[in-house]
Amino acid sequence: MTAPSRVRRRTVRRGRLPVVLAVPALIGLAFLVVPLIGMLVQTPWSTLGDQLFSQEVGQALLLSLVCASLATVLCLVLGVPLAWLLARSDLPGRGVLRALVTVPLVLPPVVGGVALLLVLGRRGLIGEHLHEWFGVSLPFTTAGVVVAEAFVAMPFLVIAVEGALRGADSRFEEAAATLGASRWLTFRRVTLPSIAPGVVAGTVLCWARALGEFGATITFAGNFPGRTTTMPLAVYLALETDPGAAIVLSVVLLLVSVVVLVSLRDRWIGGTP
Amino acid sequence: MTLRADLHVTRGAFRLDLPLTVEPGEVVALLGPNGAGKTTALRALAGLLPVTSGDIRLDDAVWDRPPELFVPPENRAVGVVFQDYLLFNHLSALENVAFGPRARGLDRASARARARTWLDRVGLADHAGKRPRALSGGQAQRVALARALVTEPGLLLLDEPLAALDASNRLHVRSSLARHLAEYPGRTLLVTHDPLDAMVLADRIVIVEHGQVVQEGPPAEVARRPRTDYVAHLVGLNLYRGVASGTGVRLDDGGSFTVAEPATGAVHIAFSPTAVSLHRDVPEGSPRNAWPVTVADIEQHAHTVRVRLDGDPPVLADVTPAVIAELGLSPGARVWATVKATEAAVYPA
Amino acid sequence: MVRSLWVAALATLAVFPVACGSAAPADDQDGASGEVVVFAAASLTETFTELGRRFEEANPGTTVTFNFAGSSSLAKQIVEGAPVDVFASASPANMEQVTETDAVSGEPTVFVRNRLEIAVPAGNPGDVTGIADFADEDRTIALCAEEVPCGAAARKALDAAGVTAAPDTLERDVKAVLTKVELGEVDAALVYRTDVRAADDTVEGIAFPESERAVNDYPIATMAEAPNTEGARAFVDFVLSDAGRSVLTDAGFDGP
Repeated sequence: MTAPSRVRRRTVRRGRLPVVLAVPALIGLAFLVVPLIGMLVQTPWSTLGDQLFSQEVGQALLLSLVCASLATVLCLVLGVPLAWLLARSDLPGRGVLRALVTVPLVLPPVVGGVALLLVLGRRGLIGEHLHEWFGVSLPFTTAGVVVAEAFVAMPFLVIAVEGALRGADSRFEEAAATLGASRWLTFRRVTLPSIAPGVVAGTVLCWARALGEFGATITFAGNFPGRTTTMPLAVYLALETDPGAAIVLSVVLLLVSVVVLVSLRDRWIGGTP
Repeated sequence: MTLRADLHVTRGAFRLDLPLTVEPGEVVALLGPNGAGKTTALRALAGLLPVTSGDIRLDDAVWDRPPELFVPPENRAVGVVFQDYLLFNHLSALENVAFGPRARGLDRASARARARTWLDRVGLADHAGKRPRALSGGQAQRVALARALVTEPGLLLLDEPLAALDASNRLHVRSSLARHLAEYPGRTLLVTHDPLDAMVLADRIVIVEHGQVVQEGPPAEVARRPRTDYVAHLVGLNLYRGVASGTGVRLDDGGSFTVAEPATGAVHIAFSPTAVSLHRDVPEGSPRNAWPVTVADIEQHAHTVRVRLDGDPPVLADVTPAVIAELGLSPGARVWATVKATEAAVYPA
Repeated sequence: MVRSLWVAALATLAVFPVACGSAAPADDQDGASGEVVVFAAASLTETFTELGRRFEEANPGTTVTFNFAGSSSLAKQIVEGAPVDVFASASPANMEQVTETDAVSGEPTVFVRNRLEIAVPAGNPGDVTGIADFADEDRTIALCAEEVPCGAAARKALDAAGVTAAPDTLERDVKAVLTKVELGEVDAALVYRTDVRAADDTVEGIAFPESERAVNDYPIATMAEAPNTEGARAFVDFVLSDAGRSVLTDAGFDGP
């Protein structure tokens, strides 16, 4: 407005991250990492060993890992075909479907848990019949934990896989068809391998989300040690009486998930960034 | 035993109408500019796109006859070599070739054995274990060809099979492709925008523009007697339309022309740019066509110089650099163009 | 640049009086004024909302702002320095967490007691008749986790009755337990009598004698660092008054 700056400085070096990006990037990194550091600083490390090998924690940890893995398998079995449907079919109202799939992302998990109860609970729309005909009741069971976790985690998988599918070149599928491959064979031998990185990324996200699931799980599956008390539930209840223990439990969960994710990453993505 | 297709495909404002027959052992090239509908035709034949109306038959089998019948690609005896080959990157060359036999029900060992035979036939036995990314463009093209032929399809479709190659490879790959096509007993349809590919590889050329067939015939015929400006441009000839009476032809776009063979009615006149001579003054006393022209553009080619000339009619002339120097040609220069009557082909429009 | 600074400055000025509102000196008038911030146990949600309304009517110029949550998380927030005038806890233990840090002015007063009741879905589909049915493996039973006050009370009551409960879930708070009953997911649960009272007709209550042995005391206290001391005291007095008590007892609370 005052002195027009006709002469632009040309001293900015190429290849350097512009400040406009670097500063928010570093703030963003700090925002994500500092709370973790805060937790690690506050951890009563001396009790870590005892906690880690105590029966309750072992039980909760094992249950968490088993349930998150089963939920992930469930998500893969149902979610990959769903992603395919969203990405490749010419179904009418696909946009609406896509929006519906993401609903569990915006829904508070507790509300998701209530919704699951209303459908799969003992008096739920479907649960009533399950209970009546097969004597199956999902709430307060380990299966219920898996269902709740899958409900919350599946959108992560579906979105990742759908993105990969949309990015994949569908002409390879056409090539397979001209070679005599059925759509199923094409999907298995051509499509799936070509979107493998997306599926792996989605699986990891899905598993991580399932592992940390709290609201839907406690609402739908309740809380009972050894059956439905996963680590996040144990952490929450420990917070009521013993915040120190809660922090230790959180750190345990954190460490285990980091170890699993890093080893998976090395195995499946070959350590590539 | 013939492929008979009557393809009508409507997509938005675009409309393709293409009657097509390909005999066993015959190679037909579908030649045309981008957007002419060549790839649409190929996709319709492969089953990747249903025709809007018409039909496709191979031998006694009907592949597409709307509205009652549509055979999906996996159930058609068709092999396709795609423009950028579309080899499966996560599979080795051998597994790529074995994919078709496996998909059609062969057990793994037999499929691999067949694939190995075919890789051998295209001279790539040593590269069986390589991933597509590790292959050169020419090698990838041969793997793609082996993959398309290993199932012994009744119809082979080639979509711009040489377009992805650089010029140095193209010559070699083209001749090897010609050899394989000659051995192939089925029907081949080659889609290309490169007239040289069509001339070398095809027994018959079908030229499509804007979804319509504009000319059809053996390569030599097409090369000598183009019927549209596009074809004339492709084969490098000057082409005019006119009305003949005797040896005089009145050209549609202005000017007149004298030809050696008497004709009547609507005709095409075609002659090579090398048949055009340029002079500073009007030449006299020879049975030539001569008319004044203005130099519009001068372009250096390998051994000749192409001169674009405005006049009645406008004409392309290929002359030696010496002529340029001698006449002092530059854009805007006014000269006389002459063409011997015997140099011009005359044929009914 | 200059302009955006002005905007920021104006915004700050605009916010300032609001932020300091509760610190503004009280009127000469005998009663309270300004905003009173009350942290209260979740089980007090209905009654305290009503009390707050009546308090505001009786003391024009005051507004009562509530934060209802589990007593333990409220205690944690207060210890971490939340600006509070009054804390009403559902258990003496959570009040102690606060008094330990000298955050309370004076002694907390127990203003009500709450007792447990058996809650069953409407129609009592599990045919529950008494606390002894809580030992039945075939019935689906919900209790509060022992880490939260209602769970501790349930433990006391069950011990008093000599019943080894076979719960299917240990919920994080009494409202979550009640939800399970309302949805018919469990055959029986132990919740506060006030919760049964407050629930609609999807829940039925069954009183049991052993609840006598597991009565929960609700202490209330004003904070030492209360931004609005006058208002805090006036609100606590109002809760302890006859008018206040009647609201609470009408809802099913016992007097202290």
